[in-house]
Amino acid sequence: MIASAQQTTDPTGGDDAHFRQGRRWSSKRPPLAILVPAVCVGIAMLLPLAYLVIRGAEASNDAWDILFRVRTLHHIGRTALLVILVTASSALLAVPIAWLTTQTDLPFRRAWAVLAALPLVVPTFVGGFLFVSALGPRGILQQALEPLGIDRLPEIYGLPGAFLVLTLLSYPYVLLTVRSAFQSIDPTFEESARTLGHGRMSAALRITLPQLRPAITSGSLLVALYTLSDFGAVSLMRFPTFTWVIYQQYQAFDRSIAGMLSIVLVCMAFAVVLLDAYTRGRLRYYRVDAGSSRAPDVVRLGRWKWVAVIFLAFVVTMALGIPAGVLLYWLIRGVLAGEPLLALWSATANSLAVSGAAAVVSVVCSIPIAAMVVRYPSTLARLIERVSFIGFALPGIVVALSLVFFAVNYARPMYQTVWLLIFAYVVLFLPAALGATRSSLLRVSPELEDAARGLGRTHLQTMRAITLPLIAPGMLMGMALVFLVTMKELPATLILGPLGFKTLATSIWNASSEAFFAQAAAPALVLIMLSSLPMAFFVTQEFRAATASKS
Amino acid sequence: MTEFAVHCAGLTKRYGDVKAVDGVDLAVGSGETLSIVGPSGSGKTTILRIIAGFEAIDAGNVVLQGVSVSTPQTVIPPERRRVGFVFQEHALFPHKTVAENVSFGLHKMPANERRRRQEEALDLVHLSRYARRYPHELSGGERQRVALARAMAPKPSVLLLDEPFSGLDANLRLRIREEVKTILAASGATVIFVTHDQEGALFMGDTIAIINQGKIEQTGTPQQVFHAPVTKFAARFLGATDFLHGRYQGGRVETELGVFPADVAGSGECEVMTRPDDIDLAPSNGGSGAVVLSRTFQGISNLYGVKLPSGAVLRAQRPHHESYAPGDKVDVRPSPHYVPRCFAADDGRLLQ
Repeated sequence: MIASAQQTTDPTGGDDAHFRQGRRWSSKRPPLAILVPAVCVGIAMLLPLAYLVIRGAEASNDAWDILFRVRTLHHIGRTALLVILVTASSALLAVPIAWLTTQTDLPFRRAWAVLAALPLVVPTFVGGFLFVSALGPRGILQQALEPLGIDRLPEIYGLPGAFLVLTLLSYPYVLLTVRSAFQSIDPTFEESARTLGHGRMSAALRITLPQLRPAITSGSLLVALYTLSDFGAVSLMRFPTFTWVIYQQYQAFDRSIAGMLSIVLVCMAFAVVLLDAYTRGRLRYYRVDAGSSRAPDVVRLGRWKWVAVIFLAFVVTMALGIPAGVLLYWLIRGVLAGEPLLALWSATANSLAVSGAAAVVSVVCSIPIAAMVVRYPSTLARLIERVSFIGFALPGIVVALSLVFFAVNYARPMYQTVWLLIFAYVVLFLPAALGATRSSLLRVSPELEDAARGLGRTHLQTMRAITLPLIAPGMLMGMALVFLVTMKELPATLILGPLGFKTLATSIWNASSEAFFAQAAAPALVLIMLSSLPMAFFVTQEFRAATASKS
Repeated sequence: MTEFAVHCAGLTKRYGDVKAVDGVDLAVGSGETLSIVGPSGSGKTTILRIIAGFEAIDAGNVVLQGVSVSTPQTVIPPERRRVGFVFQEHALFPHKTVAENVSFGLHKMPANERRRRQEEALDLVHLSRYARRYPHELSGGERQRVALARAMAPKPSVLLLDEPFSGLDANLRLRIREEVKTILAASGATVIFVTHDQEGALFMGDTIAIINQGKIEQTGTPQQVFHAPVTKFAARFLGATDFLHGRYQGGRVETELGVFPADVAGSGECEVMTRPDDIDLAPSNGGSGAVVLSRTFQGISNLYGVKLPSGAVLRAQRPHHESYAPGDKVDVRPSPHYVPRCFAADDGRLLQ
C-alpha cells in the first residue's frame, strides 16, 4: 500500500522507468527460482497479522466485554493525541531545518544537517531515561538549581515528557525526506512564479510548498507510525498509550486482553496509513519533463543568519546535546561507582549477532520480491509486495505477541529461541530492505541483462555477473538500514528474547526502568555508537550523490 | 533610447575568474524578435537570466521600456519587471491545471478579467479545450504552448524564451517553431529567443546576435549575419562553411582556387571562406589534382566533399543531374557570383 503510493508520487521519474519495464516484461513469467521464494516470503510476512485476526475472531464474548472494561477508548484517545502532537511538531521543526540546510547560506550547512539528523540513532528508551533523569522533578537540572532554592521541577511524566522525547527523536524522519525533496526541487518552478509577478513569499507558499507536500506527508507517516508503536519513551514517561497497556496486560498473563488490544492498535496503524493514502489524493506530483539540472540559487539570510543559527543550536542542544551530556554524566558516575562492565560484552555480541542476522536475512528475502515487482510485474507481484509492507504498519509489540501465541500453539520448538526473534525482526523491517533493493534494481536497465544474455550468458550467470554487482550498493544500504532499526528495537526483543538472553536494548531497559541510570549508561553509549555506523554510511552516500549530481 | 523595449549596455557577469558575459550590448525594439545564438556555455542563457532579474551583474545596465532595472548596485526583483520567461523544460507547475497555470500570473486582477485573459491566452495557442487538464496529461508540444500562453497572459513588456524547442523531437520542433512564430507575430510581443541551433535562430529572429565566450561576435539581420559574417566564428557557426588558406596583397587575395579581387588593405596571411553553393565542379582528366572524396545524397542536390592538391577539403553542392562518384577527378572552380571574404589568420576578424 505504501509501496504503490510512493511509486506513483515519485518525483524523480523512477515511476516512468518502472512503467516502461513493466510493459516490456509483462508477458514473461517469472522463473520458479524467483517465484517460489517470493511467494514463501510473502506468506511468512502475512503470518503474524493473520494469526492475530484468527485469534480475535475466535475470542469469546467475555474477551470483548473485558476489552470495554479496560477503558479502551481512553487509551485510543491518549494514543491519538500523542501521535497527532508529535507528528505535527516534528513537521514544524523539520521543514525549516530542511530549508535552512539546503537552500540558504547558513554557515556550516552540512555540519548542521548531519547534527540535526543524528538524534535518529538515539532509541526512544535511551532518550526517555536520559530526559527523565535530566529534567525530572528531582533530576540533574533540579540538583543544579538546588542552591537557588528550587527543590522541585514541574512534573515531566505523562504527556509532556512523552511528547518531548518522541518529537526530538523522530523529527529527523521528516527532515531526511524533506531535505531530499528540497534537493531535487526544480528551481525553474519558483523562477517562473517570480516572472509571473509573485514575490518570494507567494512563490514559496503557492509553488514550492505544494511540491514538498509528498515528502512532508511520507515523513510524517513514518513519525506517526513510529510514535504509535513506540514502547520505550511512553513507558519510561509513564504515559499509558496502547503499547504500554498491552505490555502490562501481557506481563499480568492476561494474554487474551493483550491480543484484543493488539487488534485495536493494528486498526489504528492501518487508519494512519489509509489517512496518508487519502491525503495524497489524486494529484500526481511528478516532474513532467527532465527538469533543470541547475542547482538552485542560495538564499542569502543576511542578518537572519543569527536567528537561524540560534534556532538550530537550540534544537540540536535539546535533541542531541542534553542526551549526550546526561549520558556522559551517568557514564562517569557509573565508572566511579564501579559498575561491572563484563555483562556489556555479551549483550553487545548478542545485539550485533541478531541485528546482523536480521539485516542479512531481510535483504536476502527482499531480493526475489524486488525481482518479481520490477522485472515480472503482475497482480501476484503487487500482492506480494503489499503483503511485505505490512510490517511497516505493525507495531513491534503486536508482531511479538502474535508470534508468541503462534509458537506456543503450533511451533513449540521455536518458542524461546533467537530464530523466532529474528523472524519477528524480518517481518518488522523487511519493508526497509525491500525499499532499498527495489529502487536499486529499478535503476538497472533490463537492456543490460538482455545484452549479457545476447553475449551467451545464462540467466544465473547474468544475475551473478551483471545484476548483483549493480544492486550491491542498494543491498548494503538496505542492510545498514535494517541493522540500525534492529539494534534499536525493544518490545519484540523483550517479549521474544529467550530467557536470560540479553541485548544492549534489553540491558538498558532493565536498568533504566528500575531507575538504575548509571547501569544503563554504558550499554546506551555502545548502542548509540554502533547505530551511528550505518548513519555515517548514509551521510557519505548522500554526500557522494550530491557531488555526483553537481559534476 | 526609450524607443527600445529592452536595452542592455556593457553587461558583464563573472563567476569567479570566468567572465560568463563580457561587455554585451543589445537593443530590441518594441514588437521585434531578437535571436541570440551561440554554442552551449557561451553565456546566452545567462544574458536572459540577467534580463529576467535572476542574476545580478558586475558591470553595465539593463533598461526595460525606459526603466533601469539592473545595475551592479541594484537589481529590481523578477516579479516587478513584467517579463515573461519560457523555460527550456517549460516548468509548468505539476500540481496546477492548465488554466491555473495560465492564470497564475494574473493574480492581481479581478476574477472576471482574470478569466477573460486566461481564456484569451489559451485561445491564442489553440488549447482552450485542455484548460482543465494537468501538465502530465499533455504532449510535449502542447506543454510548450501552455508555457508560452502562461508567459504571455500577463502581457509582459518582453518575452524571454530559453531554448524552448530543445526538449522536443526533430519533427515536432519544426512544426512547433512555426506555430510559435505565428503566435508571437499575432500577439505583437517583443521577444528575445536564445538557442544553440543556428537554423532556429535564422528562422525566428528579425535580428540575430551571435555570441561566443560571453561576447557578441556580430549582430544583424539573418541575411547580414549569414552572408556577410564579420568574424570567422560567425561564418563557421551559421552554416556549412569551409576555409582556404590565402595570401593577400595590394587589393587581391591569392588562394588555391585562383586570385580574386579583394577589398583588403595591406598584406599578409588569411583564411578565405567558401560555402557549398560557391563551388562549381566539372569532370577533369586529372590535370587539376582535385578528387571527389564523398557524396551525400540530399534529394534535389548532392553534397560532395572534394580534396584539393594541398590537402584542403571543400564542400560543394551540385544539382542532382551533375553526378560524380567518390574517386572521380574533378576541376574545382568558384561560381561566377563568388565574392571572397577574408579573415585574419590570427584573430579571425574580417579583413577590410
